[in-house]
Amino acid sequence: MSPDLLEYSYLMPAVPFVTAIFLLLFGKRLKPIVAGIIATLAMGSTFVMWAISFFALRSIEGEEIRRMASQGYTWMQIGNFSVDLRFMVDPLSIIMVGFITFVATLIHIYSIGYMKGDPRYSRFFAYLNLFAASMLVLVLGENLLVTFLGWEGVGLCSYLLISFWFHKPSAATAGKKAFITNRVGDVGFLLAMFLIVVTPSLGSLSYAHIQDRISAVPAVTATAIILLLFVGAMGKSAQFPLHIWLPDAMEGPTPVSALIHAATMVTAGVFLMLRMAPLIGVATPAASTTIAIVGVITALYAAICALAQNDIKRVLAYSTISQLGFTFLAIGVGAYSGAIFHVVTHAFFKALLFLGSGSVIHSMHKVGHEKHFDEQDMRFMGGLKKLMPITYATFIIGWLAIVGIFPFAGFWSKDEILGATYLKGGAIAYGLWAVGLLAAILTAFYMTRQVRMVFYGKARYGETENTPHESPKTMTIPLIILSVFAIVIGLINIPLKSREDFTKFLDPAIEGAENAKIATFDGAQGLILAGVSLVIAIIGIVIATIVYKTRPTDETDEPLKAIGPLLPLSLNAFYINSGISKLVSGPGTKFANWLAFTVDNKVIDGASSGLAQGVQESGVTIRKVQSGFVRRYVLYISIGTFLMLILALWGNAQ
Amino acid sequence: MTITTTHYLVLAAIIFCIGLAGVSIRKNALVMFMSVELMLNAASLTFVAYSKALDDVAGQVSVFFILVVAAGEVAVGLALMVAIFKRKHKTSPDEISNMAEAHRDKSVEGKSAGVANVS
Repeated sequence: MSPDLLEYSYLMPAVPFVTAIFLLLFGKRLKPIVAGIIATLAMGSTFVMWAISFFALRSIEGEEIRRMASQGYTWMQIGNFSVDLRFMVDPLSIIMVGFITFVATLIHIYSIGYMKGDPRYSRFFAYLNLFAASMLVLVLGENLLVTFLGWEGVGLCSYLLISFWFHKPSAATAGKKAFITNRVGDVGFLLAMFLIVVTPSLGSLSYAHIQDRISAVPAVTATAIILLLFVGAMGKSAQFPLHIWLPDAMEGPTPVSALIHAATMVTAGVFLMLRMAPLIGVATPAASTTIAIVGVITALYAAICALAQNDIKRVLAYSTISQLGFTFLAIGVGAYSGAIFHVVTHAFFKALLFLGSGSVIHSMHKVGHEKHFDEQDMRFMGGLKKLMPITYATFIIGWLAIVGIFPFAGFWSKDEILGATYLKGGAIAYGLWAVGLLAAILTAFYMTRQVRMVFYGKARYGETENTPHESPKTMTIPLIILSVFAIVIGLINIPLKSREDFTKFLDPAIEGAENAKIATFDGAQGLILAGVSLVIAIIGIVIATIVYKTRPTDETDEPLKAIGPLLPLSLNAFYINSGISKLVSGPGTKFANWLAFTVDNKVIDGASSGLAQGVQESGVTIRKVQSGFVRRYVLYISIGTFLMLILALWGNAQ
Repeated sequence: MTITTTHYLVLAAIIFCIGLAGVSIRKNALVMFMSVELMLNAASLTFVAYSKALDDVAGQVSVFFILVVAAGEVAVGLALMVAIFKRKHKTSPDEISNMAEAHRDKSVEGKSAGVANVS
């Protein structure tokens, strides 16, 4: 296929965007099912366009960097600085677009069943399409500003979709929380862009341009840019301590959680760091170490938080945070292809797990309503294995994938990250590796706990006429497709020297980064490392299985009491939410009041009204000069003339 | 004794000062007008003197302009003064200063200050 086709890559975001506008305007007049099908077809067509783009990109031969900009136009031109509204296809963006469009299409199909009967059905699909369009703008952007456009677009859609059921106060609040928390990160993103523009050796936001000039950037500047961008990435990708919005974001409909808050939007931060990977290579090691440490802290912290959660989706939310922590760890140790690989596999198995949990919630809905308990509370589930065989089977696959059992997808990617961390060498790297392993064992534990609580044991919701049942086909088919990919997607990057297609394909996009060398897993050391990861996962599963097999069938969670003092910390997510609330409501409010009533009222308003008052008072004084005595005016004029004369003569004399 | 350019200039300066003093001191508008004419003539004399000294005709052209402008000024000024005299029966400009700030009464001033505060 001809690479020239890539000039039309703007069509990929354009199609869902136009569909979204159409559905927003006319969605109410359509039958709900028609709106759903239109939206799904739009997504499906972007997936087809992806496939075409992929082969077109592959057809670019030779040593040159595979990169193709689309048609576009100059967005703004200020002096020498200009920004194009243009898209760009390269290996990194094509990989992102691939799983985004594929998972999004499946989730659209799933939503047709899941959202059935919702009064704002077409609106939901319009938002989903708008989200997909924004996400594609984000990853296909030719420069940082276009990426930022998409970045804000997905933020908006995230807000709209989290608070989609805005009649629930908790959902409305969660939407606002997500939006506001992300603003904190966006400040970092914006500052980084400003810094790039004012840096003489860069001076342009275009990725290609930045990559060309990379060697001329001072290390300190590069470090500052990377760390500021990382703040942005922390917001979007829910890294500690800007992660607080993601667990609350589970208030949104489950397909939203799967698509936006597990598979795609939260990977935007990872994508941004990878786009800027050449800069990480130029920056001082402090930058990458910071990223790795924040990543591993997030991975461990979120894994601990996931231990004690009872909400089926919250477990997965913390798990998402934890897995994203792993990817940032990978970026920090320079395993860029490991990071994107984990993002891809995670997108598949986490979307699968979320959709599986959505299927469970869907079936628990009626019984929860009847018995007055929360349909998402795992303490009231149990024994769903026989009632929902397809959901069960696919969930098990997702579980094995996230835990990292050979040969499921998560095994390959997680092992690559941990292995690369170990192979980096040095005390810090070994420490990171150890903490990563601890997070991995906890992952195995909490995921096994979830599986056992939901699918095994007795049904704890009691006797009911509304027995949970398997979900409709539109929901189970995406589950089956995703589970197939959760098994095989890991095979795209088997870490052997002979089979490094994925890394090689990706290489040009992250070229120029000094520490971008990817560890290979040939030889005994690689096998041992992989074995360690596997053993760790199995240990976690075994412990959780033993503990939960004998657990009482009431609503308490006896076995967890074993973790002792960690339990309240885990349940309350280390009190970070309440800590932030206290900080904002106490000193934060005081600071805001001081800013509003002292700084703004007295200093800023004072300056402007003082200026006005000064002008007014000087006017009152000066107008007295106009006395009406003509002879006095003559005097003024003569004095003035003489003064000017003297000045002129004096000036000449000088 | 030959009459040099300096003599003309000194004469012009004296005339100018007489005119300036007249405008500053006299109260009658008509006399003030005449004093202004004196000042203009002093300027014209300077122009002519320099025109002769520097052998440049431009100075003399300027004098024509001054004469024309002065004539126009007198025509307008006298017409104004006649009109004012007809209404007020006064010739001193000091007494017809009702457009000046100092002659406003206090209430008007307060009002204008109030308006300014609002804006």
